[in-house]
Amino acid sequence: MHKEAGADGDSLPAASSDGSMIRFDSVVKRFGDHVVLDHLDFTVAPGERVTLIGPSGSGKTTILRLLMTLEKIDDGVVWVKGEPLSHERKGTRLVPASERYLRTMRRSIGMVFQQFNLFPNMNVMENLTEAPVHVLGRSKAEARDRARELLAMVGLSDKETAHPTQLSGGQQQRVAIARALAMDPEILLLDEVTSALDPELVADVLDVLRRIAETTDITMLIVTHEMHFARDVSDRVLMFDRGRIVEEGPPERIFTSPREERTRKFLDAVLAGE
Amino acid sequence: MTVDWSWQRAADALPVLLEGFRITLLATVLGFVVAAVLGLVVAVARRSLPKVLATALSAVVQFIRLTPLVVQLLFVYYLLPQFSALQIGIAVLGIHYSTYMAEVYRAGIDAVPKGQWEACRALSLSPMRTWRAVILPQAVRRVVPALGNYAVSLFKDTPFLFTISVVEMVTAAQQFGARNFQYLEPLTLAGLIFLIASYPTSLLVRRLERRLAY
Repeated sequence: MHKEAGADGDSLPAASSDGSMIRFDSVVKRFGDHVVLDHLDFTVAPGERVTLIGPSGSGKTTILRLLMTLEKIDDGVVWVKGEPLSHERKGTRLVPASERYLRTMRRSIGMVFQQFNLFPNMNVMENLTEAPVHVLGRSKAEARDRARELLAMVGLSDKETAHPTQLSGGQQQRVAIARALAMDPEILLLDEVTSALDPELVADVLDVLRRIAETTDITMLIVTHEMHFARDVSDRVLMFDRGRIVEEGPPERIFTSPREERTRKFLDAVLAGE
Repeated sequence: MTVDWSWQRAADALPVLLEGFRITLLATVLGFVVAAVLGLVVAVARRSLPKVLATALSAVVQFIRLTPLVVQLLFVYYLLPQFSALQIGIAVLGIHYSTYMAEVYRAGIDAVPKGQWEACRALSLSPMRTWRAVILPQAVRRVVPALGNYAVSLFKDTPFLFTISVVEMVTAAQQFGARNFQYLEPLTLAGLIFLIASYPTSLLVRRLERRLAY
């Protein structure tokens, strides 16, 4: 179950407003007996692009899912822009966040999924305008204008009225990226967004993401096996193993001269497969 | 009842039967609407309500499913004399079938991939929008054929309304037979009319099934 923050449960952890965009404070996540995240601490600065690498099952995707509040944490606190995400303030205490609180907090966060998860019952334009109209309260015209801008950016201006099933995987994923951006998130979570794509479709999606990285100041958390892409767009790389960060640093250093044996082995294995 | 068919008697019976069929059709259509709407409400409520209430709701649903339609008709008919027999018939048929339809909807809802729910959460959609704009359109689409089959089934259960003296088609046929001591023609015709009405419906259901596939 969802426990209250900290071991004693009633004191507000310090340093909630250190200027960070994302902050994990001793976060624990378990699935049954399996500890996925083991007292994890890390921070991400506003506008920073951080790539999480590591073997599967090392907890990378779980971090994104915790941030998107698709999973609940078992212990610790997640902060977004100095506000608790996993919890809400009640006087000086932190209590587990209510659904209502989560809905407000989620608005600054967008996520792109491995399996796209576009709504098959809506066309592309409807996919892009549903949340801006019904969550942000924008007018339909305003939402459509913004959607057209985004579709132009992802190179799919001619697909407004297409349905997701009529698009290739790469096109679907670009629509999904546009859909996430239509909410003007401050944080964009990219969960293995090219893993479900045929190899020849990967480049288009990565180009779009590179452009977003160049032209916006959105904070990005990226889980990927595309090491060249990670190297190009990230400011920092975190190497995970068994729910802990084993090494972190700028991409050039991590990829060229990893200090940890585990990082070296992981990179050898991934690069051998490329 | 002798087996000697008279076309004249058949012709005499037909208008009476068609008058009864009007009631049959009315009960079917309105009963189906009640069942389709209520079934949907039950299916959504089971997933949205707190556990205690959801369990209580499931118990009521089970109770209705495990008792005979005829008993329910008679029970409500005598319990609520202020309503007409037809009103009661439509309500009870609708409620009875809503319990089956709730199961059908549930299967449809369960078949919507988990990623759809997650995308809704990631976009901060309210529970209302999540159901209305994303989950139900996909769920209902999947189960339209199954709902259609229950519509045919409900249609064939309308003769039970005779127990609360609603003169639907089969009751009309029986009354005609009793007046003339000849049951062959009216009952045969009633059966044929059921068949003629059911068959196109089932064809329609099958066509819908193909058209609605993504």
